[in-house]
Amino acid sequence: MDTTSTLRTRQAREAVVIRFAGDSGDGMQVTGSRFTVETALAGNDLTTFPDFPAEIRAPAGTTFGVSAFQIQFGARDVVTPGDAVDVLVAMNPAALKVEVKDLRRGGTILVDTGAFTERNLTKAGFPANPLEDGSLAPYQVLTFDITRLTTEAVKPFGLSSREAHRCRNMWALGLMLWMYGRDRQATIEWLHRKFADRAELAQANVAAVNAGHAFGETAEMSEHLVGYTVPSAPVEPGRYRTVSGTEALAWGLIAGMRAAGLEKMIFAGYPITPASLLLHTLANLKAYGVVTFQAEDEIAAIGAAIGAAYSGALGVTSSSGPGMALKTEMLGLAIATELPIVVINSQRAGPSTGMPTKAEQSDLFQAVHGRNGDAPLAVIAAATAVDCFEVAIEAVRIATTYMTPVIVLSDAYLAHAAEPWRLPDATALPKFPVHFRTDPADFHPFLRDPVTLARAWAVPGTPGLEHRIGGLEKDYDTGHISYDPDNHARMTRTRAAKIAGIASGIPPQRVALGDDHGAVAVVGWGSTYGAIHRAVSEARDEGGDVSHIHLRYLNPFPRNLGELLSRFERILVPEMNDGQLVQLLRAAYLVPAIGLSKVEGKPFKVSEIVQAIESTLKGQP
Amino acid sequence: MTVTTITDAELAPKDYASDQEVRWCPGCGDYAILKAVQKALAELGAPRERTVFVSGIGCAARFPYYLSTYGFHTIHGRAPAIATGIKLANPGLDVWVVTGDGDGLSIGGNHMLHVLRRNVDLQIILFNNEIYGLTKGQYSPTSRRGTHSPSTPQGSIESPVSPCAFALGAGARFVARAVDTQQPEVVALLKRAHAHHGASFVEVFQNCVVFNDGVFDHFTSKDVASDTQLHVEHGKPLVFGRNRERGLRLKPGTVALEVVPVGEGGVPPGDILVHDETNRALAQLLVALEPPAFPVALGVLYCNPAASYEAEVYAQARAAGFTGEPADLGALLRREGTWTVAP
Repeated sequence: MDTTSTLRTRQAREAVVIRFAGDSGDGMQVTGSRFTVETALAGNDLTTFPDFPAEIRAPAGTTFGVSAFQIQFGARDVVTPGDAVDVLVAMNPAALKVEVKDLRRGGTILVDTGAFTERNLTKAGFPANPLEDGSLAPYQVLTFDITRLTTEAVKPFGLSSREAHRCRNMWALGLMLWMYGRDRQATIEWLHRKFADRAELAQANVAAVNAGHAFGETAEMSEHLVGYTVPSAPVEPGRYRTVSGTEALAWGLIAGMRAAGLEKMIFAGYPITPASLLLHTLANLKAYGVVTFQAEDEIAAIGAAIGAAYSGALGVTSSSGPGMALKTEMLGLAIATELPIVVINSQRAGPSTGMPTKAEQSDLFQAVHGRNGDAPLAVIAAATAVDCFEVAIEAVRIATTYMTPVIVLSDAYLAHAAEPWRLPDATALPKFPVHFRTDPADFHPFLRDPVTLARAWAVPGTPGLEHRIGGLEKDYDTGHISYDPDNHARMTRTRAAKIAGIASGIPPQRVALGDDHGAVAVVGWGSTYGAIHRAVSEARDEGGDVSHIHLRYLNPFPRNLGELLSRFERILVPEMNDGQLVQLLRAAYLVPAIGLSKVEGKPFKVSEIVQAIESTLKGQP
Repeated sequence: MTVTTITDAELAPKDYASDQEVRWCPGCGDYAILKAVQKALAELGAPRERTVFVSGIGCAARFPYYLSTYGFHTIHGRAPAIATGIKLANPGLDVWVVTGDGDGLSIGGNHMLHVLRRNVDLQIILFNNEIYGLTKGQYSPTSRRGTHSPSTPQGSIESPVSPCAFALGAGARFVARAVDTQQPEVVALLKRAHAHHGASFVEVFQNCVVFNDGVFDHFTSKDVASDTQLHVEHGKPLVFGRNRERGLRLKPGTVALEVVPVGEGGVPPGDILVHDETNRALAQLLVALEPPAFPVALGVLYCNPAASYEAEVYAQARAAGFTGEPADLGALLRREGTWTVAP
């Protein structure tokens, strides 16, 4: 398709933030996902963030039923979904009402006037029509009767009026694809696949996409309806795909299982937002050696993972805060019996039920400390959707090398956020084959590797290694039950030394951006990576002496971390909690780290961190 | 490496004992059950390396330490969950769960419910002593109303749960009951449970000599046993009594059992119910029988096999392409929606 000849003059943009918003039933997630694919194919770097309501089907037209999808894409490195929205696509009044606050002044609003009925305006709580009362004056408002235009476009296919109405999102997608000079082919092919058994639905949706696109190309509209170009980002050559944090975790776990030379993964979960997606994803990957088990509760889920590990499989469970709380006693059992399991926590706002669909990083203390007894285990965190792949592999490596449970901290944002990923060479991934004990000579279950202190992994089915393990304290030298005081002290210290020793096998902490010394280090962990990175980059562009340090390893910390931190005058720790890593760092290294806390269930804005960096550089608290 | 094949030799009950000193109270019913389990294992010729005993917490849960097989002493109430993970990882293992009335029906009631309805191929032995022993004698979920204990000084006001009725309600497909001291019966039931594919639930009335001594005497003591115990057998009439002079029949006009005289002067032989262990409704009537009006039903009360959970899990997995061999990870990553950036 030759689009250049039909283009009016397009304006160039370096990066753009679009937010698609509509009713839960308006298909905004699909619209956003399709726009993402076409944008990735156009060579932009991008980050996306779906933001949907907790209600499954909130009453139509209400503000609490608004579902949104945000994407930032650009010609440069894009690491966050964007602070302020440039273009808001609002499919109904409620979407406009909820989302306009994140639109930058001068930003563009596209609305479907067909949805701005008296009834919908009332449901959204508008006393007057905002399209007419001047309240949107700070913005460029583009109005189209998308409802009518879609209905006309799909008329030939004989859909019910309800089905025809549901094609509106594809019309809006078509217009946005035109606006940014995107191709439609992948979407058209996808629609044909999706509606393979209902050709008329496929054709109608394709017609809607095409109609929206053609509208942009041909409409004699105000000067505001202009097309843009966003040049492709400079990226390394290779094969790419977009990947969400959930997908990357799922594939990383499989890669980790393979790297360990294990035959199968038993993944046991219990439905909980936002962790269930991982269970759903893995349930479709049985061909890759995965057996999924939906347990009766969180405790049974981790119990099955422990049972699987005991039997020589990779045992994995996954949950979110409240479920993690329930798994606590089992984690203690896995620590006492020294069995390798991976536990993934997609953190959400707490305490208690909290805000299930909203991201937070407030389970760090729970992960590091939240058990009875002296019960150390390894804790690592993923920074980005792509990073989830490596972190999952690393979790399997640590678990199987050290015979320990490993908690992986992800969050509600990472679970859904997606970005382009240059596919790794699957044959060149790390290998860390496990060695099951088979030799009965001098065997007891708490025989330890002299270097890692890991106990022998002896699985049922192995002749001559029959043994008993459990939650009772065991004798260091025989593995039998022991209440001996000195032995308990020795076992407690051995368990601690084993976890501390993990630090010997991990890379030293690097600086993600900037110098390894200076005025300010901004230290983060988890999904705040993008916002911190961009903020530090901006501060450095302004001449700020600031560096970004991002931690993957939260327990134990990398060996050089204390020394690295000591080379900075001030340490700023932005976290989506009320100050947890900052306390761990202060406790471990006696450094005067200061926290930057955000607990609104929303990711940091770059500007918020930039501001804090500026204050810190000036020496203000 | 050479593997010494220990299992070729014929194993005696003592070969299933570990080197650990058994530490139950002298006279505890657990000793008898341990002996019965060791005997059953020997008679089954169970390979020790493929046999796993999983327990929770409680007196009964010490069981695995006293066996020479693989053993996992887990946490309170959760043995069924861990046993499920073991079977999912390696369906070829022979997995037994040892639990008690508190472990299996109070803190672990939920897991018991689900492991039974899923029909995971396990032998579950529930030692019912109607008391919390290890924590020093509190009333348990199977304690009868009025049970005096440290936590119920005025007597328990709770209605007890019947383990076998619970198991049937949960959808168990093998439900059996025995008395700790009746070793031949216990051994026979354990062997039946072992032969059953799917979850087998065996309740053993177990006497706690310290905190609840004699709680089952009204149907286990020698002088009353034959008049208060009904040993059921598939295809045989439901009769009991010193001279097998009493039997069970359906009370005309109702769905309830009644005890009637048999033999001379008794009801016609055709009236007496014949045990059908595949009949769930009959099993439900049998588990509810209680002295003094009725005998306690012992033996295999219900057995109606179906595919086990893990068998179906792996059937589905294989249908979805699971082979047990490493699949092409690269193909997974490239599966859809990729693009290439040229150098």
